[in-house]
Amino acid sequence: MTAHFVGEYEGFAGNGAAGAPSWLRELRERGIARFTEVGFPSTRQEAWRFTNVQPIAETPFTLSSARWEVGRVPAGVVVAPLREAIERWPDLVRAHLARHAQPDASPFTALSTAFLADGMLVHVRARTVVAEPLHLTFRIPAGVARPMAHPRLLVVVEREAQLKLVEAYEAATPAGPSLTNAVTEVVLDDGAQLEICREQREGERSFHVATSQSRQGRDSRLVFTTVALGGALTRHDINAVLDGTGAYLILNGLSVLGGRQHVDHHTTIEHAQPHGESHEYFNGVFDGESRGVFNGRIIVRPGAQRTDSKQTNNNLLLSDSARADSQPQLEIYADDVKCTHGSTVGPLDETALFYLKSRGIGATEARGLLTYGFGADILDRVAIPGARNRLDQQIRHRLGVPDPETGAA
Amino acid sequence: MTRTPDPGHLAPLLEIRDLHASVEGKEILRGVSLSVNAGEVHAVMGPNGSGKSTLAQVLAGHPAYQVTSGSVRYDGKDLLELDPEERAREGVFLAFQYPVAIRGITNSYFLRSAVNAIRKHKGEPELDPLDFLQVLEDKLKAIGWDDSFMNRAVNEGFSGGEKKRNEILQLAVLEPRLAILDETDSGLDIDALKTVAEAVNALRSPQRAFVVVTHYQRLLNYIIPDFVHVLAEGRIVKSGGKQLAFELEEKGYDWVRPEGAGVAAP
Repeated sequence: MTAHFVGEYEGFAGNGAAGAPSWLRELRERGIARFTEVGFPSTRQEAWRFTNVQPIAETPFTLSSARWEVGRVPAGVVVAPLREAIERWPDLVRAHLARHAQPDASPFTALSTAFLADGMLVHVRARTVVAEPLHLTFRIPAGVARPMAHPRLLVVVEREAQLKLVEAYEAATPAGPSLTNAVTEVVLDDGAQLEICREQREGERSFHVATSQSRQGRDSRLVFTTVALGGALTRHDINAVLDGTGAYLILNGLSVLGGRQHVDHHTTIEHAQPHGESHEYFNGVFDGESRGVFNGRIIVRPGAQRTDSKQTNNNLLLSDSARADSQPQLEIYADDVKCTHGSTVGPLDETALFYLKSRGIGATEARGLLTYGFGADILDRVAIPGARNRLDQQIRHRLGVPDPETGAA
Repeated sequence: MTRTPDPGHLAPLLEIRDLHASVEGKEILRGVSLSVNAGEVHAVMGPNGSGKSTLAQVLAGHPAYQVTSGSVRYDGKDLLELDPEERAREGVFLAFQYPVAIRGITNSYFLRSAVNAIRKHKGEPELDPLDFLQVLEDKLKAIGWDDSFMNRAVNEGFSGGEKKRNEILQLAVLEPRLAILDETDSGLDIDALKTVAEAVNALRSPQRAFVVVTHYQRLLNYIIPDFVHVLAEGRIVKSGGKQLAFELEEKGYDWVRPEGAGVAAP
């Protein structure tokens, strides 16, 4: 099943990718070599136990061009296509690209590295505070049937700089089977602050596989929120390394799924240095025959004393056929740490329903309110105002809950 | 236009007759009868496990309780025929002993949804956020509170006292005709108790009746009842004026055990 993808790579390497510098060509070769070696993962592998990628492996996708739409670029931030960035700032790009998300981390990261071309660099220089949020939207343009794209983002926020970023993945046009295999690398130097809101709302027949890999320096602060609304199959690996003393991470996730959609979030938070703090909140709302998987791994390395890590995963099942699996995984190799985790899977709370009804709110509206509250609980943690409001509207629309301000559904 | 007598003005607002109710097959209420007129405050006291909270929950329509026999008339209607939300829209309000936290929904959004559900039922236009804010401010002023917890999620992370205050605020905004307070005093220190009691007293009116369920006489120092009933083993075994509450405080509940319960009256 890998042969088709290797064939696509050979076409790409022999044609469109020829002008790249030798280090990049070597990187791609490493990627395809790794992919050829391991192939697509199977459900016999622990990390892929609940997510069958056979439908991806069996679809003859065609490499497509990719389109990043860049919103108004606020002062203080550099945004450039990777091709251009490689020429203008080769040292910066080489220092980070594929260094954090390594090709051998997953077969899909290997594949992404092999096809590395369509990417963007976002760079904020030391001590620059970017006030306005930056919006980047990825879309597969119309063109080939069964398109696949491997969008790549490299975000570097230098010492004591600050940025807010919206990273959105929209449906391919026209609607049909498509594969988005996204890799984002995020680097926060000492004292840097970054908030990312990642929005994924692709079509009913699209596959979305992604890795978000972050590395944080001393006293840096990262707030990462990911919201999954679309796609037939979504697999998102979020790997955060707190690699400086006093690094702070908030990781939020929300999935709202229906029909036969499937989402799998694998998160790994690695506390590598002392005094780190991480708070992880993932909520899932599953209707129809949809399925949610959450695997939350927390690693506290030896010497990462005074680590404070909290993980919560709550899953709401709106139908008898929906299903959610939640697996916490704590690996603690230091003795002076505070780590807690908790998860729930179940239908709406009957006591809460009765409470709302006892105030005159009808059964349907009460269910809608409680369900919406489940999502709003996560969205309320997004501090990028435009992003929070837009997602709020989308989730209300999806659940048929009226707007709290206007009363309109 | 001909005037016809309105039975609602002649009959009690709430008339409970020989009410039996069970939870998970276990009978808790074993023949409760109680009449409450508009404008009155009735205290229902009793030892733990006597059925006080069950009575409150049954009146609000909690689905876990099955009414096995007896009747409840409210404002001329068969209350037991109505869903919980219909009871609320008709003016029945239960202040919960354990108010429920609701993630992601602000107190003000929740309250406005409730107010509008009730207004819609009455055929009145729904309130937009600005109109509602005005109503809310007036109500808060009337009971002497500020709006500090309106933009927090409903009861989420509230202290025990804040939760109870929030119940009374809902009572003030929803303007029920029958307010049932279930152990509203539990978990409150004396200052919080006074604050809550003052708010309740401000909400007393000739059109509104209160049923105050409590284990302790303490609350009744601040909310003076017109009638006190003692519930024991699922029945009202004694009724009297406010003086009865003091007697209970002094002598405990043993002397009012139901006949045949195995404890001799002194």
